[in-house]
Amino acid sequence: MAEHFEKLASILSQVTGYIYPNEIEAHWGLLIVIYPYITGLVAGAFILASLEKVFRVKEVEPTYRLALLTALAFLIVAPLPLLAHLGHPERSFEIFLTPHLQSAMAMFGFVYAWYLMVVLLLEIWFEYRSDVAIWIRQERGPMKLVHWLFTLGSRNVSPEAVAFDRKAVRFITLIGIPSAFILHGYVGFIFGSVKANPWWSSVLIPIVFLFSAIVSGIALVLLLYYVTSLVRGKQPNMECLDKLAAFLLYSLILDLSLELLDFTHRLYESEESIHILSELIYSKLFISLTIVQLLLGTLGPMALLALVRGSKLPEELRRIVYVIAALLVQVGIFSTRWNVVIGGQLFSKSLRGLTVYKVELGGAEGVLVALAFLILPFLILYVLVKVLPPWEEARQPVAVGGAAEGG
Amino acid sequence: MEAPPDRREFLVELLKLPCSAALVSVLGPLADAESAATDPAEAAAHYYGMGIQVDKCIGCGRCVEACKSENDVLREPFYFRTWVERYVVHSDGKVTVDSPNGGIQGFTAPQDERDILRSFFVPKLCNHCDNPPCVQVCPVGATFKTKDGVVLVDADYCIGCRYCIQACPYGARYLDPRTKTADKCTFCYHRITKGLLPACVEVCPTQARIFGDLKALSSPLRRMMRMSSLQVLKPALNTEPKVFYSTLDKEVR
Repeated sequence: MAEHFEKLASILSQVTGYIYPNEIEAHWGLLIVIYPYITGLVAGAFILASLEKVFRVKEVEPTYRLALLTALAFLIVAPLPLLAHLGHPERSFEIFLTPHLQSAMAMFGFVYAWYLMVVLLLEIWFEYRSDVAIWIRQERGPMKLVHWLFTLGSRNVSPEAVAFDRKAVRFITLIGIPSAFILHGYVGFIFGSVKANPWWSSVLIPIVFLFSAIVSGIALVLLLYYVTSLVRGKQPNMECLDKLAAFLLYSLILDLSLELLDFTHRLYESEESIHILSELIYSKLFISLTIVQLLLGTLGPMALLALVRGSKLPEELRRIVYVIAALLVQVGIFSTRWNVVIGGQLFSKSLRGLTVYKVELGGAEGVLVALAFLILPFLILYVLVKVLPPWEEARQPVAVGGAAEGG
Repeated sequence: MEAPPDRREFLVELLKLPCSAALVSVLGPLADAESAATDPAEAAAHYYGMGIQVDKCIGCGRCVEACKSENDVLREPFYFRTWVERYVVHSDGKVTVDSPNGGIQGFTAPQDERDILRSFFVPKLCNHCDNPPCVQVCPVGATFKTKDGVVLVDADYCIGCRYCIQACPYGARYLDPRTKTADKCTFCYHRITKGLLPACVEVCPTQARIFGDLKALSSPLRRMMRMSSLQVLKPALNTEPKVFYSTLDKEVR
């Protein structure tokens, strides 16, 4: 505790203007930055997956299963940073047992459970069921057991059964799109509904969260698709990459427009908080907002993607540009989350002063723990991909009924 | 026109005065005892609030000290259930606000007073809002409003998510690092339910703080509310505070 007090004392010495004495400590730290970043990736990846199923964008089909598994891997990790941040994680189950229904946060458990159980798991099950049923026939050892368990005893691969699977997948995706919107829009609402905080309190925040989620999800799946293709020694499907890049550009444009609308609206309304928020943007958030989020993370990739679109660059070069753009987007969206969560705690609610936030390397809320939470989804994804290969060649031809190849 | 009283009549009248005063002093407590017949532990019979007369606060910080001692609040300068702010409005309109260590040791006089337009102290604490945003956001209902209008935290139930701290517009909450749960002013609930005053009110040497029952028709708080024009902090947020300020300056947020 002495260490904690020392840290607070050093922050206190860096306060400018006046802040309420209880505000020295930023209560939501790095882990709470990670949380919306991860749920955003979940929602974004799912919405990308739905493009193929619901909107019939055939070009992105090669990424459909990968996007689903990515969403699942990140969704499994999503509640962990929250849990690690709680003062009493052992009491967290109270949110499920005795939820306070007026609280936006109390809805977390239900939104999460709905999305995990009803949307993702079910969709993945229907999507893979017939393939897995065929894979089993040629398998041995533990993988056969895992796949046998996966089918839940349903190994009918007749054309009627497969047709039903497809219908089910389409139906779940239809439910899944609004669910993905709710999952991440809800995270935005947690911040947007805090009337005490003028940086957060905005009806646009859930919408901005959603579109930034779509941006980050598309960029992540693009990266994963590219990297996994390289690792497997396959040529990535260029039509698919072009389409992904196009959707990334559209969503970036939408996202930026919404952010600019929010910015202009605040500036034009010019409420009493405008002075301290301007100071915040010009001082504490200048690098993370103007440089990283806006220039590097939004305008940069937008320019890259737009230029490539208009040019006749060779495929090899186009791919590299896409990858750079997607990487920049990840950095940009991460700083978007940072600017919302941390930025909202750097100014006093007295609107008279600014404080600082210090990231620690170690400790329960330090960089190392945060990194672990960011790496963990990729490890889970690795396992998922081993169990449920999302690649084209693993797909079983429809209505095969018996003979199966590959796997 | 009535004739002026002669000397004898005047002396008789004069004698009556101390007699009636004595009578009041004897019967007064009896009458009080009657009005206080409502048990302070009977929550539904009361609705507590506080009045703060800004022009009476001298910034001595005794309330902050009393609060910390009474409620075992951590001594480090990051944890306050109540604190005192000093506002200095300079001639050029510039405003400086400070609250060194919550004002617990009082304030040092400014170096140069010539360019000060006005200056005053403002005691702050949880506003025990009638429409409390902290209670609304608590995911498990660990923070709640009692029947007598006091906002409390159940430390055995709080999960330490700190949403309430974010939701409080007044900076009245903190996370106690010993319990890892949210903590805040309770109006000294352990005292007021025994008919005592909150510690900060008890020690205030100028009666800048007035505690009372909004349901009681005759109480110092009701009197203050009758005699003053009242303001609350951040009224636009519709939190409906039950800490009422008189002569509050426009600079105070």
